[in-house]
Amino acid sequence: MSSPRGPKACGGGAADRPIHVLAVDDSSVDRAVIARLLRSSKYRVTTVDSGKKALELLGLEPNVNMIITDYWMPEMTGYELLKIVKESSELREIPVVIMSSENVPNRINRCLEEGAEDFLLKPVRPSDVARLCNRMR
Amino acid sequence: MSLMALREQLNGLVNSMFLEGLLDDQFEQLQMLQDESSPGFIAELITLFCGDSERILAELTKLLDQAVVDYQKVDAFVHQLKGSSSSVGAQHVKLACVQFRQFCEEHNKEGLKGIYFFRCLRALNVVKHEYYLLRGKFDTMLQLEQRIQAYESKQQI
Repeated sequence: MSSPRGPKACGGGAADRPIHVLAVDDSSVDRAVIARLLRSSKYRVTTVDSGKKALELLGLEPNVNMIITDYWMPEMTGYELLKIVKESSELREIPVVIMSSENVPNRINRCLEEGAEDFLLKPVRPSDVARLCNRMR
Repeated sequence: MSLMALREQLNGLVNSMFLEGLLDDQFEQLQMLQDESSPGFIAELITLFCGDSERILAELTKLLDQAVVDYQKVDAFVHQLKGSSSSVGAQHVKLACVQFRQFCEEHNKEGLKGIYFFRCLRALNVVKHEYYLLRGKFDTMLQLEQRIQAYESKQQI
């Protein structure tokens, strides 16, 4: 099931509505990086700095095709956000990707078991984003 | 200075930063993401990184200045700085943070806590040194970029 277009043209959604990714990270630097990486693949990106804000946005904006979240955040970790999303009937279909700067196998397994789509090690690079192309809802 | 000379100066600066290890491959990947749709990406990223770093360095200085040092908070801040320096490709700053965290962990061992504190203080100074060295070059980089962009927009008129 390969697209005739290259990886750069990944952003086109079903009705040619750009795919909307919600990026959650408490680091302003990492938000800028992930946003740029996703936008250069033609995704529409919204960034928020906490799990709480992510949930607020998800409550208002149903058309999110993927959530990509940092693991380590104050107040609500990416894992906790993942659990809430997967336990919600409205949100559970949205693929969730976790990012972390630390390579902790237990952590990675726990997230995957909880239903995470993928786990990216930081620093995130273009090849990581290209990998996500086929995982969008 | 001519546009070509400015570009040569900028390229020379950035190349030397790669050669010296101030910047690594991650920065190179990010450079490639700057294009006509986001001409200010690198400048914005550098500005965010510098603002963030200086905030963290100020917090770390304050924390190590306390009568009783909260090493958990110190470690949390160093972890943050390690993360953002890694994300922009600031290699020397990142490595200095890794070193710093090792000293923070060692502090938890019994005995001779004074020495560990001293090592942490020194490790902080190394991070500061690397950061300010990088920042000076980033400042020059951004100034050159601005002059080049001004030149280029004039040429289009």
